[in-house]
Amino acid sequence: MVVTGTEAKLKKETLREIYWIMLLARRLDERAWVLHRQGKIAFHISGIGHEAAQVGAAFALRRGHDWVLPYYRDLAMTLALGLTAREFALGLMGKKGEPSSGGRQMPSHWSLRRANVVSHSSPVATQTSHAAGIGLAIKMRGDDAVVLTSVGEGSTSQGEWYEGVNWAAVHRLPVIFFVENNRFAISVPQEHQMAVENAADKAAGLGLPGVTVDGLDPLQVYQAVAAAAARARAGEGPTLVEARVFRMTPHSSDDDDRTYRTREDVEAMKARDPLGSFREFLRSQSVLSAEVVAEMEAQAKQQVEQAVAFAEAAPYPEVSEAAHPVYVEDVHHA
Amino acid sequence: MPEITLIEGIRQAMDEELARDERVFIVGEDVGRRGGVFRATQGLYEKYGPERVIDSPLAELSIVGVGIGAALYGMRPICEIQFADFIHPAFNQIVNEAAKMCYRSNGEWTAPMVIRAPYGGGIGGGLYHSQSVEAFFAHVPGLKVVVPSNPYDAKGLLKAAVRDPNPVLYLEPKKGYRLIRGAVPEDEEVLVPIGKARVSREGRDLSLFAYGMMHHYSLQAAQQVAAEGIEVEVVDLRTLNPLDRETVLGSVRKTGKALIVYEDNLTGGYGAEIAALLAEQAFTDLDAPVRRLAGPDVPAVPYSRPLQDWFMPNAEKIAAAIRELDAY
Repeated sequence: MVVTGTEAKLKKETLREIYWIMLLARRLDERAWVLHRQGKIAFHISGIGHEAAQVGAAFALRRGHDWVLPYYRDLAMTLALGLTAREFALGLMGKKGEPSSGGRQMPSHWSLRRANVVSHSSPVATQTSHAAGIGLAIKMRGDDAVVLTSVGEGSTSQGEWYEGVNWAAVHRLPVIFFVENNRFAISVPQEHQMAVENAADKAAGLGLPGVTVDGLDPLQVYQAVAAAAARARAGEGPTLVEARVFRMTPHSSDDDDRTYRTREDVEAMKARDPLGSFREFLRSQSVLSAEVVAEMEAQAKQQVEQAVAFAEAAPYPEVSEAAHPVYVEDVHHA
Repeated sequence: MPEITLIEGIRQAMDEELARDERVFIVGEDVGRRGGVFRATQGLYEKYGPERVIDSPLAELSIVGVGIGAALYGMRPICEIQFADFIHPAFNQIVNEAAKMCYRSNGEWTAPMVIRAPYGGGIGGGLYHSQSVEAFFAHVPGLKVVVPSNPYDAKGLLKAAVRDPNPVLYLEPKKGYRLIRGAVPEDEEVLVPIGKARVSREGRDLSLFAYGMMHHYSLQAAQQVAAEGIEVEVVDLRTLNPLDRETVLGSVRKTGKALIVYEDNLTGGYGAEIAALLAEQAFTDLDAPVRRLAGPDVPAVPYSRPLQDWFMPNAEKIAAAIRELDAY
């Protein structure tokens, strides 16, 4: 792991918190796969292997103050922004009280109004121009918030993405375009997706800085996003930050990655699992002891158990709720 | 009361709403210094500045997408699509994003915004400057779709659309921009409620449903046939979604016959929805089959004058359809 020196600036407490959220995200994600195999949920889309990048990025923001438009792989990022394990479990099962959509959207289609996490859809990159629009509104109002929006590298092929990034570059908007490059868009490898080596290379053609960092190291990502946020807050415009990550699982519960990549490739990724390497790094720095690691594992297990039990016992939405709210006039919260 | 053109009604509405609410801004291609290719935003850039009348990149989906983002943050954008024919790249943003925002977030997020788009043929615009797109969008729950047919409604519906908490697609009959004139009071607030049709001419023999430019021609046709003793009731639908079913049904219950006129292609066009409503809820009131007069099912309006004339419904074609239905 590349040691950047950033860890010196982060308190031990913060480093432990970063690890904790990565761990909780991992255990929740693993449980979601199990719940799917048990037939208890209809769908799961996984972020395993992306946790370091997501939590590093989230921690570089003023969480709850800045605006975030994530994509469906961002479980760890959304947990870092304030989603609870229970809320995630409610979402998996489409239960009442699920905060992103009240059970309307598939799982992992994030929205958390209380934390300025904006609702997104399934067609990819559509939130990119929304991020530019929020950035425009922030600039018009003279507010000091910044916006972060994330996509996978496949989504950078979309016209949606180019148009949104271009807008932010033209108007120097306070937006961070975060690309989680795991080298696969479902089955299509990066070389069939773009002719450039890094997604961040695309920034040059749009007139904004682009940086590529090791997304397996939360501290490198933290540093890059913190620098981008500082630029944005200073009125210097948007930045493209690409985090190179691994998707250690199939795309979703409906995918089978054995059809397009070898087990050796996947094993090689798992050998570089960011959760394990960050844990070892923190242990080497005496930030985590073996006892604390074990304690955190136990705590994560307990939270996952409790969240799943809570969601299983929770009621479904009333069928009558499906008819609303189509228009703002029929918004009525329980 | 001064007479103004339809496009002046649109311009006045935007001027007044920009002055009233600092959250309102305009974004689109050439809306700034140029004042819009149709001059709908003329003078607004000078009056409100480049930060509230924003020339966008030449990219329609992001005109709407950026508008959605600003609306999510609490602004009230008016997005201009230069021609309705160019709205299709923004279809995903309008249909999948703006229209679904409230429902998909269980009311947590909303996209209060107006998308203006000049539509319709008869102006030598060929396939890509003549299209009528209302049927695509009137199909979409979560989106409101309005079409004014005169300067008063143009002004009042646009002001209402800006104040509406939902995304509103505001379709402008561009052939009528300077052709259609009407009185609009200067000293009072002009607001026309979304969701209300208007009986613009009373009659007992048959009901004619239309909107936009076709409503204008329908009134002319109704006048022609009145001389022959046929009393047509003309209903200006004004809002296509949500449709004012009561007014539509009430008119047909009175007259027993229905003609729907629209300049979009016939098949799957908006008139089919009116016809279906009448078949389901006014079957026993009907004295004749419901009739549609619309554009033919060719891809779009051809450019060459006689070909364009063949495509477009007009007062004569409407009068002929009225006579035929009256004689049934």
